[in-house]
Amino acid sequence: MELLSLSAVELATAIKEGKTTAVEAMQAVLDKIRQSEELYNCYVTVDGENALRRAQAVQRRIESGELTGPLAGVPMAVKDNLCTEGLLTTCASKILSNFVPTFSAEAVLNLEKAGAVLIGKTNMDEFAMGSTTETSAYGATKNPRNPEHVPGGSSGGSAAAVAAEECFFALGSDTGGSIRQPASFCGVVGMKPTYGTVSRYGLVAYGSSLDQIGPLCKTVEDCAVILETIASHDEKDSTSVERQDTDFTSALVKEVKGLRIGIPRDYFGEGLDPEVKTAVLQAAELLKANGALVEEFDLSLVDYAIPAYYTIAAAEASSNLERFDGIKYGYRAEAEGLHQMYKKTRSQGFGPEVKRRIMLGSFVLSSGYYDAYYLKALRVKAMIKKAFDDAFAKYDCILGPAAPTTAPKLGESLADPIKMYLGDIYTISVNLAGLPGICVPCGTDGRGLPIGLQLIGDCFREKQLLQAAYTYEQLRKEGGKADV
Amino acid sequence: MANIITDETIEYVGILAKLELSDEEREQAKKDMGRMLDYIDKLNELDTSGVEPMSHVFPVKNVFREDEVTNGDGSALTLKNAPEQKDGMFLVPKTFD
Amino acid sequence: MSKEYETVIGLEVHVELATKTKIFCGCSTAFGASPNSHTCPVCTGMPGSLPVLNKKVLEYAVAVGLALNCQITRECKFDRKNYFYPDNPQNYQISQLYLPICRDGWVEIDTPQGAKKVGIHEIHMEEDAGKLIHDEWEDATLVDYNRSGVPLIEIVSEPDMRNADEVIAYLEKLRLVIQYLGASDCKLQEGSMRADVNLSVREKGAKEFGTRTEMKNLNSFRAIARAVEGEKNRQIDLLESGEKVIQETRRWDENKETSYAMRSKEDAQDYRYFPDPDLTPVSISDEFLEEIRRRQPEFRTEKMKRYREEFDLPDYDIEIITSSKHMADIFEATVALGAQPKKVSNWLMVETLRLLKEQEEDPEDIRFSPENLAKLIRLSEEKAINSTVAKEVFEVMFRENVDPEQYVEEKGLKMVSDEGALRKTVEEVIAANPQSVQDYRNGKEKALGFLVGQTMKAMKGKADPASVNRLLKELL
Repeated sequence: MELLSLSAVELATAIKEGKTTAVEAMQAVLDKIRQSEELYNCYVTVDGENALRRAQAVQRRIESGELTGPLAGVPMAVKDNLCTEGLLTTCASKILSNFVPTFSAEAVLNLEKAGAVLIGKTNMDEFAMGSTTETSAYGATKNPRNPEHVPGGSSGGSAAAVAAEECFFALGSDTGGSIRQPASFCGVVGMKPTYGTVSRYGLVAYGSSLDQIGPLCKTVEDCAVILETIASHDEKDSTSVERQDTDFTSALVKEVKGLRIGIPRDYFGEGLDPEVKTAVLQAAELLKANGALVEEFDLSLVDYAIPAYYTIAAAEASSNLERFDGIKYGYRAEAEGLHQMYKKTRSQGFGPEVKRRIMLGSFVLSSGYYDAYYLKALRVKAMIKKAFDDAFAKYDCILGPAAPTTAPKLGESLADPIKMYLGDIYTISVNLAGLPGICVPCGTDGRGLPIGLQLIGDCFREKQLLQAAYTYEQLRKEGGKADV
Repeated sequence: MANIITDETIEYVGILAKLELSDEEREQAKKDMGRMLDYIDKLNELDTSGVEPMSHVFPVKNVFREDEVTNGDGSALTLKNAPEQKDGMFLVPKTFD
Repeated sequence: MSKEYETVIGLEVHVELATKTKIFCGCSTAFGASPNSHTCPVCTGMPGSLPVLNKKVLEYAVAVGLALNCQITRECKFDRKNYFYPDNPQNYQISQLYLPICRDGWVEIDTPQGAKKVGIHEIHMEEDAGKLIHDEWEDATLVDYNRSGVPLIEIVSEPDMRNADEVIAYLEKLRLVIQYLGASDCKLQEGSMRADVNLSVREKGAKEFGTRTEMKNLNSFRAIARAVEGEKNRQIDLLESGEKVIQETRRWDENKETSYAMRSKEDAQDYRYFPDPDLTPVSISDEFLEEIRRRQPEFRTEKMKRYREEFDLPDYDIEIITSSKHMADIFEATVALGAQPKKVSNWLMVETLRLLKEQEEDPEDIRFSPENLAKLIRLSEEKAINSTVAKEVFEVMFRENVDPEQYVEEKGLKMVSDEGALRKTVEEVIAANPQSVQDYRNGKEKALGFLVGQTMKAMKGKADPASVNRLLKELL
């Protein structure tokens, strides 16, 4: 049995049937990490010894019949902006280089309750600000499909760890596409749930009104299982939504007959790589051939999503990151006097991209600019939400690419921030409108780099998305194209 | 470039955000922020009059907790990551004149 | 002074609410705990923590707003006020700028010119900051977050006050209303009520306001009154010498009776307020408002009216007793235990006020229980102790809330009601003071008083003066 190639659900089944154990699985993952980490750098922290100890404890609880769920015994990786009690949590920043949280994020706790076993913390763009995982203070992560390329970001470590079989699934966070875009670049499944579905308690905030935690994994089935596990109404998160419909695995049905799919023409214009375009439209054709009702439409306002997003996200980030000041935790610079300490700590502790966004955010909130920039962006956000409402009056889901290109080469993106921001064009409006979105692999380009298909659903309609994604995944597998 | 960011603006934002930039960083920041603001100015193409600013996407309201003490002595955990501490308190550069 | 000036004063009053827990987390608000023991990830700004609003804070804020005749904002929000300071663990304070919970209220104060309305501009909810302590040894600052996240309301008045007396009257009115609501104990010294004074001066008759300053660190009514006087004079002096008043925040130094500007180039005073994305909007329903209205207590005016009807008390007594909710509560509870209202009132009006004044305390600081006061009154009525002893016992009770019955018993203060023992003492006093006896028999009434005093002294005060009087007359 090729342990590492199993999906999370397959592995849990094998453990339950006694074909392998949680400890064996963890050992296999740790061996793999030892072999390939030097090349890929998926992790900031690998908690090897403790991971094995945890696996042993879980294995006992599986054997005693206490743990029976579909993730029991499965090794998982967690993005390094999710707090883990007793385990270093850096947000890939120097400023948190020594920060050990005293509590775990609710999503992590939910997974641990279900028997998933933490391996370690994955690399990311510093404070989730970036699209390539190159802004990490702990070195860039490489794309396991081709290590000369970036894995995407900001959850690049999580996506790469799944692709490199350095874990069976991972948690990421998605503020403007940070799960879906790296999933697309690494050829894995990634999903951002409806805002409020997964508790943000324990997620180190970037853009609080946009952040959601979600899975990065190998199959749509894994995705549904993980989402079902982490979705919870949490009284500690005021923005957490009470939902009765989180039995997401019930949507794993291969059927798209009558599903109304809208393809926004605006997503297929200038800037889209022709190979990406072809692969995504082929996917649409496949769904159409199996009974889905596919048509093109004009979504409108697509070009305004990025400026609105960067205004809102930067503003919230500038405030959220004020707490990193050298007083209570994390890095503190040596300096004379309080204000020098603040300035030196933050100037030395944050990297260039984080500073760029903090400065922009401080500026757009400052006296005299608040209305012109911040309120304006919130008004545009309302218009974008309305545009989606109109679209979902006609369609069950929206289909398009997750990113305009496949993974760029390392070092290509950071030189021009605006160009990098433009790469988020298909993912960002989903966060502004609080919608769920999923990315599933749909092919490769001429260089063998993965292409991702993005499906966007109306609020709280994850099941429709999962069903469409599952159906597509199965159809594609049957068509013999599951080579990614 | 329509938005010219002056040294004064960068200085001011630095005071607000508690960031100190080297000369090189400052020049880069002026350029970057100017470009970003030019880009953000694209929003002015849209007529947003009559549109309410949207902070929260969903109409979730009135999330409360009851007034009951649920936390015990938290001092050990609170101070666990303190860069410097004394007598159960965070020690920081002096704030008094 | 060549011109006549008018002073224009507005107040920003912070009141710590009497909730059991903090505004956004389940940490206790109790005073006196060891440093940082009442803290958690939320009130220390740990990464990943999130705030959840304490419902009681909203209830108190609305109750205060209603009592101050405010409009209640039916859809309100919380905003972040961003500024760096170590007492503020997130480096932003969660407060309300754009949609505060209450607006447009007023209170009526008494002035020598008659009743006057002072407008309430707004009331908002916010969180308190931690405590900073200077450490001489390290020449550094120590931070204790026990107070971080304690709920506050800030009551912002209109610039309707014109002198220190009006300011004090306004503050006393606010304090009374809030104490009646039980929303706070409003102690200035302990910081559960804090007032910042916004003051400007202008030439009499001018339409425009002058440039104002904001005065902070005022810890007593006395300091407030002095700061108002001081700042008024400072501004007039500036104007008289042709200088300008600068809009700034000043800190009052009570010891030096002067203020100084709190200026710093590191402090841009640009708070970058924006709606806190971590908290949901608050929507006040008709039902919620009705429930708060229904629960409003009897305020002073109603209470005074009821006292007049229920208890046979002079208006003066009623006014004093109801001037403190705590005192009124003690009064009512003691009466409910069967004590005669006028007797209860007398203890409060005379001895209690005297001792409070002596100790420089407020009626809110009264510690004795209604049960003990009722017992003391009963002991006195039953002539188990005489009035001198009663006063002595009361003093102890005032300080330590002792049980008077127990105390009298333990200290052997009970009056001697044994007629034989008393008669024996009286006989001894008569025998020992032949001159006074002679004087009395010669018609000097005053001599009897001396003999009563001698007998009381011999009985160590534990005798009923009326009985002593009777026996002396009988035996002479």
